[in-house]
Amino acid sequence: MSERTSLIQGNVAIARGAIQAGCKFFAGYPITPSSEIAETMSEELPEVGGRFIQMEDEIASIGATIGASLAGDKAMTATSGPGFSLKQENLGFAVMAEIPLVVINIQRGGPSTGIPTKASQGDVMQARYGSHGDYPIIALSPASVQESFYMSIRAFSLAEKYRTPVIILGDEIIAHLTEKVTLNSEEMPEIIEREAPEVSPEKYLPYQRISGGVAKLAPFGQGYRYHISGLVHDETGFPTNDPEEAKKQLEHLNNKFAPHKDDIIYSEEHHTKDMDTLIVAYGAPARSARRALHIARDNGYKVGLLRLKTIWPFPEEKIENLLNEVKQVIVPEMNRGQIAQEIKKYNPHNKEIMQINKINGEPISPDEILELIEQEG
Amino acid sequence: MDYFKYLRKDKMPHIWCDGCGNGIVLKSILRTIDGVKWDKDEIVLISGIGCSGRTSGYVDFNTLHTTHGRALTFATGMKLSNPELKIIVLSGDGDATAIGGNHFIHAARRNLDLNLIVLNNNIYGMTGGQVSPTTPHQKITSTTPHGNPDFAFDISDLAKSAGANFVARVPAVMTNKMDRYIQKAFQKEGFAVVETLTPCPTSYGRANTETGETGVEMLQYQKENSISIDKAKQLSRSELQNKIITGIYVDKEDPSYLEHYQQNQDNAN
Repeated sequence: MSERTSLIQGNVAIARGAIQAGCKFFAGYPITPSSEIAETMSEELPEVGGRFIQMEDEIASIGATIGASLAGDKAMTATSGPGFSLKQENLGFAVMAEIPLVVINIQRGGPSTGIPTKASQGDVMQARYGSHGDYPIIALSPASVQESFYMSIRAFSLAEKYRTPVIILGDEIIAHLTEKVTLNSEEMPEIIEREAPEVSPEKYLPYQRISGGVAKLAPFGQGYRYHISGLVHDETGFPTNDPEEAKKQLEHLNNKFAPHKDDIIYSEEHHTKDMDTLIVAYGAPARSARRALHIARDNGYKVGLLRLKTIWPFPEEKIENLLNEVKQVIVPEMNRGQIAQEIKKYNPHNKEIMQINKINGEPISPDEILELIEQEG
Repeated sequence: MDYFKYLRKDKMPHIWCDGCGNGIVLKSILRTIDGVKWDKDEIVLISGIGCSGRTSGYVDFNTLHTTHGRALTFATGMKLSNPELKIIVLSGDGDATAIGGNHFIHAARRNLDLNLIVLNNNIYGMTGGQVSPTTPHQKITSTTPHGNPDFAFDISDLAKSAGANFVARVPAVMTNKMDRYIQKAFQKEGFAVVETLTPCPTSYGRANTETGETGVEMLQYQKENSISIDKAKQLSRSELQNKIITGIYVDKEDPSYLEHYQQNQDNAN
């Protein structure tokens, strides 16, 4: 087991994780609090033969990222809330056309320009439903600098494996946190490369509806001349208005992740075997939750923690199973309860869901969580 | 030549109306490709949204039908990732200079090796004839029923000011000239723009009959009212009213973005 230790910032860890994953293209636009990702990529991508470009706007950045991915590169863009809003149009294109890419959104306060330099988790639902139409998406959320590095690698692997955009929903706290990172080869996520089609160009179907599988994506320029469009399309990629074909394509797209949930969804549990109160948290508040949990347990409270690493697809079965075990649930979030509302959908026995919400840019402290635990005993 | 060598025959008939100029431009592009002997496998044709956007579905290359106005952004990433690809971008006047206007000027500024063919029909055709950034002042469209209060962009002037290495404008009626300009664009390193003027009798001609009502009449009007850049320089502003200026606006050999980029890339190592 080889180990590498460094002291780096969350944003730098995301960039370095991307490079480790084999990312060869980055297009971005300056925006706080994600700019260090672009800066790191501009410095370090050329050293590995990759290409960086600062585009004219957020829309262009994701457009260029899609273009690079279609040329065969692992590609990424990074932004924050306002930029994430602008990227929704082409994010939808990448979903529809099934183009692998990674979009980093270091969330800041909103709506609109909000509080650019402070933390938020306000884009959980934008990540899920921000672009128009019905579609599936993968979103991950790191809670440490070390995890930011690994999650960046994992995001690329999921993107390539499932031919989809993958979003990392970071928050300003983890993104700007500098802490020790000890990388070891055992924890390193598998790096998955894009596979070439196994069939000849004449037989190639870029949108073949393989049951439970994902069609291979041939990079442009390698002899597979085909068509890519944001229009509803058949298996060849050409547009169709036929209602039956449209239904088939959109059902296939929306069910793409269903057979692979175990591979896509991951989380971390603390003391969930012996609890009557469950905390569900992700990102920076999960750190405060862990601290609160330790103090509470020392004081005799039976508290457990589920830390979500995959936000979307939502770990509904896990939530439902854990909710069966407890009296009550605490959900600390730096928004007005975007995940708490989701949890309520998977609460058949009507357990009490208590929210701790902050939208003023300040972090949620361990004390705030502890107070609620003690109060509800 | 056999155009069907480059067309997806099974995708015909196309959606374009009788008298539309898009087919004239497409044939010119295909003749030029045949002339410069590009391999179909290395050609990428990228289009935006609108009547011109549908072109990508009809040609037997690597084809990408993108979002409205964004074709150049996809092309930029693709060219940087694989500079060997021959990238042709097709865009209408609304696509290139309204919703995609920012991408248009920045692509020209960067001078990246892309070939942009603008199909300028002075109107939004596909959505039913709304005013575009190149609809002339006071013309009638479905959203300017009382006349257009705006003034039109000069697409070629815009591309020139923004830094493109090659810029030319040609009306659809002048097909030989169009072939020549597109060939120059394809052979140019750096950003190359050919602004083609394509009649839209369905949306524009019917509402503004003074420049021709049918496709043929509109082409006839182009023929009778086109003047060269050199000749235009000798005319006053009022004499130039209603004239179509055609010719090469820029033909320079500034190092392309890829050259500069590679230098900086080398500095990193």
